Amino acid sequence: MSGIASGLDAIPIIGLLFQFGGYVLANLPVMSQTTVAVAVPITLAALCGVLCERSGVVNIGLEGIMLTAAFVGWFVGAMAASTFGPGSPAPFFGVTAPLLLGLAAALVAGMAVSLLHAWMSISLRVDQIISGTIVNIGAAGITGYLYSLLASQSLTGAGQFAQFQVPKSVADVPLVGWLIYAVFNQGPIGILTIGLVIVFQVMLFRSRWGLRTRASGEHPRAAETVGIDVIKLRYRNVVLSGALAALGGAWLSMEQTNRFDANMTAGRGFIGLAAMIVGRWTPLGSFGAALLFASMSALSISLTIAPPSGDLGNLMSGVPGEFWEALPYIVTIVVLAGLIGRSIAPAADGQPYERESAS
Amino acid sequence: MSGPVHARQSRVVLGDWTRSILSTVAESVVAILLAVVVGGIGITVFSGLLPNHSAFDVGLPFAAYGALWTGAVGSLNGLTSTLAYSTPLILAGLGVGLGFKAGLFNIGGRGQFLMGAVGAMAAVTMMGTHPNSLVVIPLALVVGTLFGTFAGFIPGALKAVSGAHEVVTTIMLNYVFVFATYWAISGPLRLPNSPQSITADVSTRGAALPIILGRDGHAGILLALLAIPLIWFLLYRTTLGFEIRAAGANADAARYAGMKTRQLIVLTMSISGGLCGLAGATTLLGVVHQMAPGYDTTIGFDAITVALLGRSNPIGVALAGLLLGGMRAGAQTMQIQVGVPPELVDALQAIILVFLVINLLRRWLPTRTGFESVALVPEGAK
Repeated sequence: MSGIASGLDAIPIIGLLFQFGGYVLANLPVMSQTTVAVAVPITLAALCGVLCERSGVVNIGLEGIMLTAAFVGWFVGAMAASTFGPGSPAPFFGVTAPLLLGLAAALVAGMAVSLLHAWMSISLRVDQIISGTIVNIGAAGITGYLYSLLASQSLTGAGQFAQFQVPKSVADVPLVGWLIYAVFNQGPIGILTIGLVIVFQVMLFRSRWGLRTRASGEHPRAAETVGIDVIKLRYRNVVLSGALAALGGAWLSMEQTNRFDANMTAGRGFIGLAAMIVGRWTPLGSFGAALLFASMSALSISLTIAPPSGDLGNLMSGVPGEFWEALPYIVTIVVLAGLIGRSIAPAADGQPYERESAS
Repeated sequence: MSGPVHARQSRVVLGDWTRSILSTVAESVVAILLAVVVGGIGITVFSGLLPNHSAFDVGLPFAAYGALWTGAVGSLNGLTSTLAYSTPLILAGLGVGLGFKAGLFNIGGRGQFLMGAVGAMAAVTMMGTHPNSLVVIPLALVVGTLFGTFAGFIPGALKAVSGAHEVVTTIMLNYVFVFATYWAISGPLRLPNSPQSITADVSTRGAALPIILGRDGHAGILLALLAIPLIWFLLYRTTLGFEIRAAGANADAARYAGMKTRQLIVLTMSISGGLCGLAGATTLLGVVHQMAPGYDTTIGFDAITVALLGRSNPIGVALAGLLLGGMRAGAQTMQIQVGVPPELVDALQAIILVFLVINLLRRWLPTRTGFESVALVPEGAK
């Protein structure tokens, strides 16, 4: 391997690419568990976006839905823990009653915020970008307000969900062991996310609901003429998919950490939007894009803790860490502009639907 | 959305223009008042979480709004503080509003604002330690505006060339520019020999905008004051402004009329970005003076609120900017005197917008009153 790589040094760019590939292969498996974890909230936000936009409703309020759910989950969990006691954790995932209560509250809160977005954009036919923006401003303002109020209370959360421990004998299996470790050494929300991606990929393209959803996102009038209630379907999709983004928010405040911070989503809703676009509005594609984006930040961490040697090291030390952080967004713009494989939104995405008889 | 048929039947006393203005003002005032009421209920409900407060303290909202009002307009310092807070809101609001007029959603105010600050800081850094203030201040403002213009040009050009939707590209570019700003602060703009990654203080480089009024009324306020009539003139008295409004009202019709809509998109987004960049430059030179790690802004969403509340009309934007700036200025006093967190303003902002889009007056008033307010954003844009 080193012989081939050094021989290729004669051709500088190809040699560097090989070195880079070798570095990625050698270092990323170490980061793979973190990469999957980082991808979880992005994937959940993207799934919410896919279900909304496939039915014809643009949802840029993902960030707000996640933030609200993260706050409500943490707050309800903390209140329950301080009122009824923290409870003893179940043998799996460190589940306690306050945590479950918090998770349920987070899902309800996410769906409630989604309902507001659905009502404004479907019933009031407000421009969906404005509606999503209102959701984002309101979520940041209200959670920020309550968080400031609570800052003096020194409220501690209800704890956090624990990771599933992959047995060491399985993780040490050659070739696939690290992959099993990366995917399954996650908390309950993390593992559930991977299941949800597969379920929705099949449902969206193989079920009656999926066909109807795609029909009302591509040509709502045609969908209505074959008897699909477009407005009801859009409402249902937007509200229920709010629970997915909420799950992403709950992951932040109840699985990754056991606390809430002002604006703790830190753009994950928007990067979920990016994953949805790069993944061409499919669940599986979004998950792939989320993994790609997460691996970019893993790469930036890896480059600082274990910098590569030689020419590649010299080159990489000149690239600022911020570049890797910004790369997912640059990739999204490039894909959207059609420079590498065009990504096209559902035809009726963002257009309010008005029944002909209604006017 | 509006009911042109009903409205036409009822035009007896007032002219179209007067009716439209009165309706719009009434609609906005009602939305603001309802938001204040809902916000007050919110303050009361959560008053128990404040230290040394009983639950459901009905007096607290009055105390909070009272302190907000005093802080915003109660003294000369309060007034100048309101003006200082309003300046970037008006500049960026004019920019976002100009985009709305052309049917373009510029959600990239945050990135363009940051690029404006970076540009201004770069100019100050390049001019060395002992520049002439009369040179460095205009130069920093111009460079900041140009940086913002470029940040707006990119999504405009992407839309014109490839049809990439400006909403998504501006959101994505926000993060690109946020990281670019972080990099600039820790890299090229970093103050040499300083222990932390922090930029130079512009006031030590003679580049701080002079204070012309009260405690923090910097000269940048004049720029906002100047921009209002300029953008009004651009929109309503020039060919470009006519084309912008035509494209916003009906993009297809504008194209069939021979307007070069692609160039128009690029130009509008560039001007919009330039105004947001100028907002960033004036904030840096007039208020913040120095960029520390994590330098960021909420102007992106604030400017959208201002543009929507002001219906993208320069005069409306000025009034909305003053309202929001006053709320931001008063929020500090409110927190110190009553303990209510300043995030109340963000929550109020969202509630105002919710009531604006619900538009209760249009729903409740009988059609014979001829209520016909201006739409939040021009319809028919593509």
